Amino acid sequence: MSKVLVIAEHNGESLNASTAKCVACAAQIDGADIEVVVLGASVAGVAAEAAEIHGVGRVVTIEREENDPAIAAILAPQVAALAADYSHVFGPSTAFGKDLMPRVAALLGVNQISDIMSVEGAHSFKRPIYAGNAIVSVEAPTDSTVVATVRIASYTAAAGGNSAGIESAEITAEIPTHTRFVELQTGSSDRPDLQAAARVVSGGRALGSEENFELIYKLADKIGAAIGSSRAAVDAGYVPPETQVGQTGQIIAPDLYIAIGISGAIQHITGIKDAGTIVAINKDEEAPIFEVSDIGLVGDLFSIVPELTDALG
Amino acid sequence: MEKILVGLKRVVDYNVRVQVKSDGTGVETDGVKMSINPFDEIALEEALRIKERGDASEVIVISIGSSEAQQQLRTGLAMGADRAILVESSSSTDALTVARVFKAIIAKENADLVILGKQAIDDDNSQTGQMLAALWGRPQATFASEVTFAGSTAKVTREVDSGLETLEIDLPAVITVDLRLNEPRYVKLPDIMKAKKKPLETIPLADLGVEAAPQIKETEFKPPEGRQRGVMVNDVAGLVAALKDKGLV
Repeated sequence: MSKVLVIAEHNGESLNASTAKCVACAAQIDGADIEVVVLGASVAGVAAEAAEIHGVGRVVTIEREENDPAIAAILAPQVAALAADYSHVFGPSTAFGKDLMPRVAALLGVNQISDIMSVEGAHSFKRPIYAGNAIVSVEAPTDSTVVATVRIASYTAAAGGNSAGIESAEITAEIPTHTRFVELQTGSSDRPDLQAAARVVSGGRALGSEENFELIYKLADKIGAAIGSSRAAVDAGYVPPETQVGQTGQIIAPDLYIAIGISGAIQHITGIKDAGTIVAINKDEEAPIFEVSDIGLVGDLFSIVPELTDALG
Repeated sequence: MEKILVGLKRVVDYNVRVQVKSDGTGVETDGVKMSINPFDEIALEEALRIKERGDASEVIVISIGSSEAQQQLRTGLAMGADRAILVESSSSTDALTVARVFKAIIAKENADLVILGKQAIDDDNSQTGQMLAALWGRPQATFASEVTFAGSTAKVTREVDSGLETLEIDLPAVITVDLRLNEPRYVKLPDIMKAKKKPLETIPLADLGVEAAPQIKETEFKPPEGRQRGVMVNDVAGLVAALKDKGLV
């Protein structure tokens, strides 16, 4: 019998959508009991949100001052202590989960499965490697805890409407003081979050400058989209790093992805291959982005994008 | 600080389009160009800069794998590392075992800082640094885009999904590096010659006495299901019509 513990991701105020996606993944394990743990300083609101996720049997809260903001070295020993009661511990393959989960796995003395994209059995899974150029089937040992991150772009968030019980847990764990939070700088943007957005407008090196990215922003704002970018655009300093989509940036699955002036290196494609519809606008008709796009338009982005912005809405 | 350890993983080169073997037992590596994992090069560059600023006295590069990984270690020495350690292992090594190997070498070398790539571009795991920090009971600062030192602490800026997070950590510690931390130097020919004389020690994995980790078995490899090439439109009107047709605008 599988009992899955999902680590909630949140910012102290609201639950990140990655949590309901991890629950959706856990629900693929036949007959699994799914529980969510929320670690923070004061998490009643976040726990209530987690209790609404369909498929969750119970929400466990661990509240202590040191848990806010989340620091992997501080959360990991608490998660590892709680994990004793579970067969599986799942977290999202976001920066939060990627940072935390291997630390938990090592404390439990197990290897971790990164980026589950499908569940084949309680201990068998599929995951992408080589920037998504290969998919490997893996089998975890049945006699130790399965610690894994869930490739959230592969899952649709589990529905709401549930009302699971919420209980607080007292965990005995040594909390280190060697790691201290200093600050979080977030882009002061009213635009949707890249991970959660249904629509993403993404720009590449062909934009040519930070100023020219204004074209991308205008189109995005017209259709309520989040901003994405290629590594080349980030490296050139046109856009901040948190916008980067791809193997080493964010892996996303919006309903609509519009790639503008992005040639489509394999490392970029791997970040968008689960998107609903991919639109590519590029002046080079040989650009590899057209191999994977649902709708392609060859031409000069500097005339097409303003025209498209005007035509929409 | 005295010593910085840097991990260099031998991986299929960044520019190679990886193919799955037709029998599904792995990916094709025969005759394929192998290189240092790009993130590990950034890790080494950072260690070298720390040493060049006078904040460290020795940079040691480590690889775990077959004797072929000596190539990557020699490249690391040519970049400027002082010496190299090859932990020889015939089979591919899982992340937990790699973390245990590093911990054994930390104890042997009495290292103050370990800098690793945030992930290897072959297995895309992103685990080793975090695991090592856990086993060592020390701080981890993952996905670093800026690192500064002040006495026995470091300030590390990390690339997270919502922006840039800064942590202050006590040394010793593990840092894993992201793309934007630095641009690795090119190796010059005289440095390659000099690197041949630098020490490269080989230690059989068995000699380190690390505990065997529970193994995750890789049972089958397949190419990904590709996306189909869609339609091309001629102008913005055609694009808008296609989007409307799909109910997207």
